[in-house]
Amino acid sequence: MKEIFVRLDRCQGCKSCEIACAVQHSASKSLYGAVSEKPGPVRRLYVEMAEGSKVPLLCRHCEDAPCVAVCRTGSMSQDPLSGVVDRDADRCVGCWMCAMTCPYGVIGRQAGVRKAVKCDRCKDLDEPACVHACPTRSLVFATQSEFMEMMRKEAATRIAREAKGLARA
Amino acid sequence: MVKDVRDRSIDPASQEMLDVCQRAGLETAWDRFDRQQPQCGFGELGLCCRNCNMGPCRIDPFGEGPLKGVCGATSDIIVARNLLRSIAAGAAAHSDHGRDVAHTFKLMSEGKAPSYHVTDKAKLERLMKEYNVESQIALAEAIMAEFGKQEGPIQFTRRAPAKRVELWKKLGIDPRGIDREIVEIMHRTHMGVDNDYVNLILQGLRASLADGWGGSMIATELQDVMFGTPTPTFSEANLGVLKPDQVNIIIHGHEPLLSEMIVAATSDPELVELAKKEGATGINVAGMCCTGNEVLMRHDVPVAGNFLQQELAVATGAVEAMVVDIQCIMPALGALAGCYHTKFISTSPKAKFPGAMHMEFHEETAIETAKTIVKAAVLNYQNRNPAKVHIPDIKTKCMVGFSVEAIVDALGGTLDPLLGAIKSGEVRGIGAVVGCNNPKVQHDFGHVNLVKELIKNNVLVVTTGCNALACAKAGLLTPAAADLAGDGLKGVCKALGIPPVLHMGSCVDISRILVAAAAIANALGVDISDLPAAGAAPEWMSEKAVSIGAYVVSSGVFTVLGTVPPVLGSTAVATLLTSGARDVVGACFAVEPNPFKAAKLMIDHIDRQRKKLGI
Repeated sequence: MKEIFVRLDRCQGCKSCEIACAVQHSASKSLYGAVSEKPGPVRRLYVEMAEGSKVPLLCRHCEDAPCVAVCRTGSMSQDPLSGVVDRDADRCVGCWMCAMTCPYGVIGRQAGVRKAVKCDRCKDLDEPACVHACPTRSLVFATQSEFMEMMRKEAATRIAREAKGLARA
Repeated sequence: MVKDVRDRSIDPASQEMLDVCQRAGLETAWDRFDRQQPQCGFGELGLCCRNCNMGPCRIDPFGEGPLKGVCGATSDIIVARNLLRSIAAGAAAHSDHGRDVAHTFKLMSEGKAPSYHVTDKAKLERLMKEYNVESQIALAEAIMAEFGKQEGPIQFTRRAPAKRVELWKKLGIDPRGIDREIVEIMHRTHMGVDNDYVNLILQGLRASLADGWGGSMIATELQDVMFGTPTPTFSEANLGVLKPDQVNIIIHGHEPLLSEMIVAATSDPELVELAKKEGATGINVAGMCCTGNEVLMRHDVPVAGNFLQQELAVATGAVEAMVVDIQCIMPALGALAGCYHTKFISTSPKAKFPGAMHMEFHEETAIETAKTIVKAAVLNYQNRNPAKVHIPDIKTKCMVGFSVEAIVDALGGTLDPLLGAIKSGEVRGIGAVVGCNNPKVQHDFGHVNLVKELIKNNVLVVTTGCNALACAKAGLLTPAAADLAGDGLKGVCKALGIPPVLHMGSCVDISRILVAAAAIANALGVDISDLPAAGAAPEWMSEKAVSIGAYVVSSGVFTVLGTVPPVLGSTAVATLLTSGARDVVGACFAVEPNPFKAAKLMIDHIDRQRKKLGI
């Protein structure tokens, strides 16, 4: 099961992910079309600035997700196989219980309508639009074990280089 | 979210107005800056290229994504091309200002601009001699020709020490014409032309020299001829110069062609009478930014503030008209003025703004248009809502107007006393501190602290532009500020009755600093790059500042930047600018946001230069 991971040190804050997310959730699914749509499409992830760092925040699709637990109408649900938390627009009444419980603040509002929107991990795509758009590969779409393997390789390379440097010195 | 206004500015008047803005729910540049966060890292690093439509292309600074644009341009090429385009824009802005002044001078010389007159005849004659022409019209034509010249040289570049000119020639960066160098940048940075970052940057330096020793210097010299060469005078600075019972007119922008006329129109007896009829006790004109500097030093017109205070001035609710011409005028003023009775009046055919009333200004009918503008302001006094008026009771006395001629006069007619003080070490060196405001830096924090640190260490500071205004507000432009200086500099200032920080004018007047540097170098028989001098732009933001930095460094002055220029995406370009340039033009850049550390860099440089000179 693949998830979206973030490598914080790589984010340049270009917000390409935000643009791609909005475009993917637009009617036309094209940048030039999306910019003239009314209401405009809404992004579901957010690049924030904190402590001098650029931090892309997006739904973590938590196990036993609090937004699902508090949803009174059953609009929020979690797919038992993929773990993806999604929302049924028809059932959403805009009570914002999900927004109040989300620890990452990534429940948005559909433009002009009292309905929640959130990351659906681009179910129709092989790779979510945000990951695809990220120019520095700050966003990574991988299984947890693949991601850890990648991080281990990076760490190993770093350690090996440092060790070689020390040996030379 | 409520922001602590003290984090945004160190200036108490600005803090007070920021508080007023927050309570009124008015947005300022600081709020918009916050909303722009995070700013795009590719832009910050200079790694985005939009020069052709195969792109836009971006280079991954971490090397995992693309390392080349579609055309194959590397980070070195893209960063260098972007830097050059900034220099071109900055040089164009200064030089087009110079062109307007030269054009007015020409019209005046032909008798077609009756509102303008020769004020400094002696300077006019010196310029005629320098250009080797017999008549005022011939001088006007010769100066106008500098813009379209193809083969050079630009006459004023020859004011630089002979060694410097020889170096420029050897490097192939002696400018051939003001417009030509700017056009050539646009050509070279077009897709598929110059792709060697060193060759590109050399062209950037050449265009910048055509600005500093060309367009800017032309603006300064001809403004002096028409409006008078500044001499030391006293005035006041900060938002407290606005008056609760008078018609307040703010002149904001850069060309004194307009502001001089507005100042003249405000003393028109009919308009003053009209103001009284409307219930005001008079007409008060105050400057803002560089056009503020121009009328401040020539007519003691008080100045309401520097770049980041333009919105705060409107928010006082006491401004009947904000009259603008060109450069550094925020388009936000239109919407903000709409919240008050303030008339936002644009005057230049080159610069129109949403929400502004356009009253176009032409040299031929200058004073008539100025009177119409002032009348519109006077008639707007009745619309002022007293409930919305909030003028901070904060203003500071300042001594301004130190043109090179005035400095020489203050020294008793010769540079010798200054040279003597430099040689003896009483004056350790000269620091030129200039530049804008930028919400990336706490407003005025970089300016004021850097300057204070320099004078404390016996470095005589010369200042222009928004730094000059920050210093004015902080009380550093008074003879009494000598008490903040080290013992050596303090003694010199007290003996001469001058401040330790000399106000030399607007941003085009950095050309005065070049002239002063050349004169000192010539007197010592050395090149500018040998002088115990350093430059700084602690809060720079505009493309003009990029051009200024480039011409100051290519003239041989080590320069410290307080905000990071978008060049760090290329190690090669960044290294060339911060160290390699030293072996080429005898000076380089440094980047240091901390003003105390920046001062140390400048002082260390000055000490090294002194050692090399054996003084």
